[in-house]
Amino acid sequence: MTVRRENTNSGGDAIAIEELASVRVSKKYVARRKWGRALVWALLLLGAIIMIAPFGFLVTSSLKDQMGVFRYPPQWIPNPPHFQNYIQVFIIKPFHIYIRNTLFIAIMNEIAVLWASSFCAYGFARLRFPGRDIWFKIVLGTMMLPGIVLMVPMFVIFSRLGWIDTYLPFIVPTFFGGGAFNIFLLTQFFRTLPEELADAARIDGCNEFSIYARIFLPLAKPALATVAVFTFLTTWNDFMGPLLFLNTPEKYNVAMGLTLFRGGLMQTSWNLLMAAAVTMTIPVLLLFFLAQRYFVQGIVMTGLRG
Amino acid sequence: MTNATRQALVGYIFISPFILGFLLWQFIPMVTSAWMAFQDWNMISAPHFVFLDNFSTIFHDELFWQSLKVTAVYSLISVPIGLVLSFCAALLLNTKVSGIGIFRTFYYLPVVVPSVAGALLWAWMLNTEFGLVNLVLRSVGLPKVHWLIDPNLALLSLIMVSLWSSIGGAMVIFLAGLQGVDNMYYEAAEMDGAGYWAKLWYVTIPLVSPVIFFNLIMGIIGSFQVFSAGYLITGGGPNNATLFYVLHIYRVGFMYLKMGQASALAWVLFVIVMSLVALIFRYFSRSVYHEAKTA
Repeated sequence: MTVRRENTNSGGDAIAIEELASVRVSKKYVARRKWGRALVWALLLLGAIIMIAPFGFLVTSSLKDQMGVFRYPPQWIPNPPHFQNYIQVFIIKPFHIYIRNTLFIAIMNEIAVLWASSFCAYGFARLRFPGRDIWFKIVLGTMMLPGIVLMVPMFVIFSRLGWIDTYLPFIVPTFFGGGAFNIFLLTQFFRTLPEELADAARIDGCNEFSIYARIFLPLAKPALATVAVFTFLTTWNDFMGPLLFLNTPEKYNVAMGLTLFRGGLMQTSWNLLMAAAVTMTIPVLLLFFLAQRYFVQGIVMTGLRG
Repeated sequence: MTNATRQALVGYIFISPFILGFLLWQFIPMVTSAWMAFQDWNMISAPHFVFLDNFSTIFHDELFWQSLKVTAVYSLISVPIGLVLSFCAALLLNTKVSGIGIFRTFYYLPVVVPSVAGALLWAWMLNTEFGLVNLVLRSVGLPKVHWLIDPNLALLSLIMVSLWSSIGGAMVIFLAGLQGVDNMYYEAAEMDGAGYWAKLWYVTIPLVSPVIFFNLIMGIIGSFQVFSAGYLITGGGPNNATLFYVLHIYRVGFMYLKMGQASALAWVLFVIVMSLVALIFRYFSRSVYHEAKTA
């Protein structure tokens, strides 16, 4: 290199020097970038292993026999795999009943949330009336309310209403607004739609309710899908609510049912507990892989403009 | 009816589900809870007014201070570490290396795992003899760690679990924020000779500061409400080392049926969280960059 530079120097060709310099810089740059990329990739891989390893342990534990989970050295790939654990899960506890219960609540919640949140969001996004902005600030404010402080009074209110040990505490409140996050998300979405749509319909004599139902709701399908996905996830994963409001084991949802597999420290059949945990997790993972787009959209829409 | 009143009426019909819900399931419960905080009530006999007795009882309760300490430590450690890790993860995932899509999915995956399933899985992962974490330590010749049994480690273990399950959510928000940064800022910085770290410090971080702020607020609010990890993994133990504040409320209210005390505890929590949020808004919102809005 040095020789060549001397050569060009002696040649006195300024342009050639410049070219050479830029080549050298970019070579150094390329090398650094290459190392940088390798480092990024290594860090990403390390992180990914930490994030994913628990899933592997979950699955391998769920396929061992009762004592197999306590064996050392551990068998990473259980031989033979005890697939019957997944049948046991449904025999030892009525897991199918928990699933049915949860699906019932989930369907009711989907209806309630999709209707209520889009209905409110239309009002916030497309109509002008005094007090609207204050109420919308309240919507945003309730998103920051630590909901857990309400658990004691809610319990008192629901027991006064005679709703304890029924599904009403999970279903009825969702008809009232459907959750601040969902209202917020759909309001943001409705605001992006052009006003001309509604104007044209108004000229044709449509009232606001039919504009909402016939024009805006069909256009909001992607945002509604996001809301639907998150609603299912919240309902499926809900643990605190059933813990407080349900007493009869036959009425439990999946999350509560799963905790029943936990005995004391030594009595727990970890293999069955893990099989039950896999059974509970598979539906949400499936949903995630099928609807990944809506997940990301929902998080971004509520997170970025908040 | 004038046009304006009709319009207002229609507007309020549309938002009425929210207004009713707010009154029924938020405002009335808050008022009820405030009333209950001044009553001695076990839900069986009639409540009677005790004024500030509930507050003086809870402030004289060692478990109150223990649960407050546990929650404060949890929040102080898990929120900043969570922010830094999710931001770093987002930076890494914002690069254009091969397989980036799969990496993003992997990092987000723990977020969708139901909290109960995640908690029970980690109770098993951190088992001293047979859990994966100690198996890995053992395979590289390190001594086993009593993750959930050692009172000095139990809280840290739960923080670890919470990081695993929550980093992905904040990360996706950061990622969207990073992708929203206009490339022209980077080009301008490069013209001024900024390297990677200078660009990160002077361009990226200021521009995504609203997102950092959002994640910080949500992280703090969430950290004070943590419950299922303590309830399911450690049961508040060992020796109350993981007695989270909400777990304390749950026990006082639903195990000892002291509804008045539980309400008083809930109000103390509410005041603490709201003051923290207000403080952060006051001192940090000014240092947050606001992009000029053109609309």
